[in-house]
Amino acid sequence: MKARDWLGVLPFVGMLGGVPFVNKVEPYVLGMPFVLFWIVLWVVLTSAIMALVNRLDSAAREEEHQG
Amino acid sequence: MNTALIIIFLVLLLAIYSGIRAQKGKDMNMEQWTVGGRGFGSIFIFLLVAGEIYTTFTFLGGSGWAYSKGAPSYYVLSYIALAYVISYWLLPPIWRYAKKHRLVSQSDFFVSKYNSKGLGILVAAVGVIAIIPYLILQFKGLGIIVSEASYGSITPTAAVWIGTIAVTIYVMISGIHGSAWTAAIKDIMIFVVVVFMGLYLPYHYYGGIQPMFEAVEAANPGFLAFPDEGLSVSWYISTVLVTVFGFYMWPHTFGSIFSAKNENVFRKNTVMLPLYTLMLLFVFFVGFTAILQVPGLKGADGDLSLLRLSLKTFDPWIVGLIGAAGLLTALVPGSMLLMTAATLLAKNVYKVMAPAASEARIARVAKLLVPVLSLISLYFTLHGGDTLVTLLLMGYSLVTQLFPALLLSLQPQPWVNKYGAFAGILAGVLTVAYVTVFKVTIGTMFPDWPAAIKDLNIGVAALLVNLVVMFGTTLVTRLMLTPGTQAANTGGSPTL
Repeated sequence: MKARDWLGVLPFVGMLGGVPFVNKVEPYVLGMPFVLFWIVLWVVLTSAIMALVNRLDSAAREEEHQG
Repeated sequence: MNTALIIIFLVLLLAIYSGIRAQKGKDMNMEQWTVGGRGFGSIFIFLLVAGEIYTTFTFLGGSGWAYSKGAPSYYVLSYIALAYVISYWLLPPIWRYAKKHRLVSQSDFFVSKYNSKGLGILVAAVGVIAIIPYLILQFKGLGIIVSEASYGSITPTAAVWIGTIAVTIYVMISGIHGSAWTAAIKDIMIFVVVVFMGLYLPYHYYGGIQPMFEAVEAANPGFLAFPDEGLSVSWYISTVLVTVFGFYMWPHTFGSIFSAKNENVFRKNTVMLPLYTLMLLFVFFVGFTAILQVPGLKGADGDLSLLRLSLKTFDPWIVGLIGAAGLLTALVPGSMLLMTAATLLAKNVYKVMAPAASEARIARVAKLLVPVLSLISLYFTLHGGDTLVTLLLMGYSLVTQLFPALLLSLQPQPWVNKYGAFAGILAGVLTVAYVTVFKVTIGTMFPDWPAAIKDLNIGVAALLVNLVVMFGTTLVTRLMLTPGTQAANTGGSPTL
């Protein structure tokens, strides 16, 4: 597996592995109970991570084409 | 007829009209009817995918679960986002293979990969059986919308009939082109309606989102975090995993993979689609607001919470717009589900039984199956009391059983053969059926085990059974068969 493939594991770790440690109502963040905020935060991070994966991937493919 | 109902029916007519327009002037052969000629670009695929994911369930079921269960409803946000992550690696190889072999259905994929028509029939059957609860969910939702928006003048039963007939006519006329077009209107409409309600209602009743949550927490302490037992954190993790694996195993979702123009469409979509799930957040806000404003909805009635709160708060014309958005969230996915199920039965079951049937005859059978499937779902809609989430989870547990065999078939060297795949899927599906009929959980089977294990989604157990049987059968049949005829991909007549 390449580095960009491992990036795909991160959202799972954050969204699933993190929840047992943050399963509480307080503090409220952006008006949301903490555990809900945590999940929302990871949804946004997931999107960012996938943008990074896309960039790394297309850069790698261009190199392949040139080489 | 009140203002709300008039608006809903106008939108329905518009959707049917656009379906007729989209279809006009096109020679609809089977490939046209189902995969739109493989010519859709990023934006259309985006809308189609979004169209399938955001169904009546999102609208009524999501708010219903927030209303009646609280924190466990958050699982929906997680599984959709994570399913997109998986799609980055899962969909391109499926698409490439399907394009190369000109496949049009999920069942075709298994037939081709494992070289077994019998496996194709099994996969088609599992798909159709899983689609039924999903369809029931849409019909139930339609019924709720129509009867609530009529302010009680149309009974829920009559409303379900009206909804079912509308979906059936819509599918028979339009096929996928109508769906894609209407999906565009639906997405804009649902987005506006959901964001508006999710912000307006908490501010209207509590002066903000945090005060709303604080009031709910004060009335039901602990409701906004996962409980220690039951729908606990271990339920959350296992349910998200089971549904993530099942996400692309729905025959209609799998089928929409084929309609992409190129494989990069999927990769690009993984950036924007997770953000799109945040729309659900606003649906949850509505459900949580309803808890103290329209109290007392028990069990499956929790699904009524969003509309009850709308009726209490808004003028009939706004209720009409909300209802119309809801109608489209049932119509688009409902038509997709019906069409997929009918096509699967016609192509992957009927055609195998009657190999001499012409293409035109298969298409006719598919169209005739649409009303038949509608009536079956209608029957169960009128005779079942489950919540929308329960129905959705049941369907997911079923389709998830196809995931191991699919994943293993993508390996360069097949890990399991057709016998293993067949036996594994069958064992997994039977486990799900047993569990559903007898209402078994891991907790009822092993009452002394720790809560963390007892609360696991039962789909996990079915997947384990599936995998054990799959590898076991592969091993045994490989030993029994002479070397050279054993591999899944390489030959032998499809005897299963």
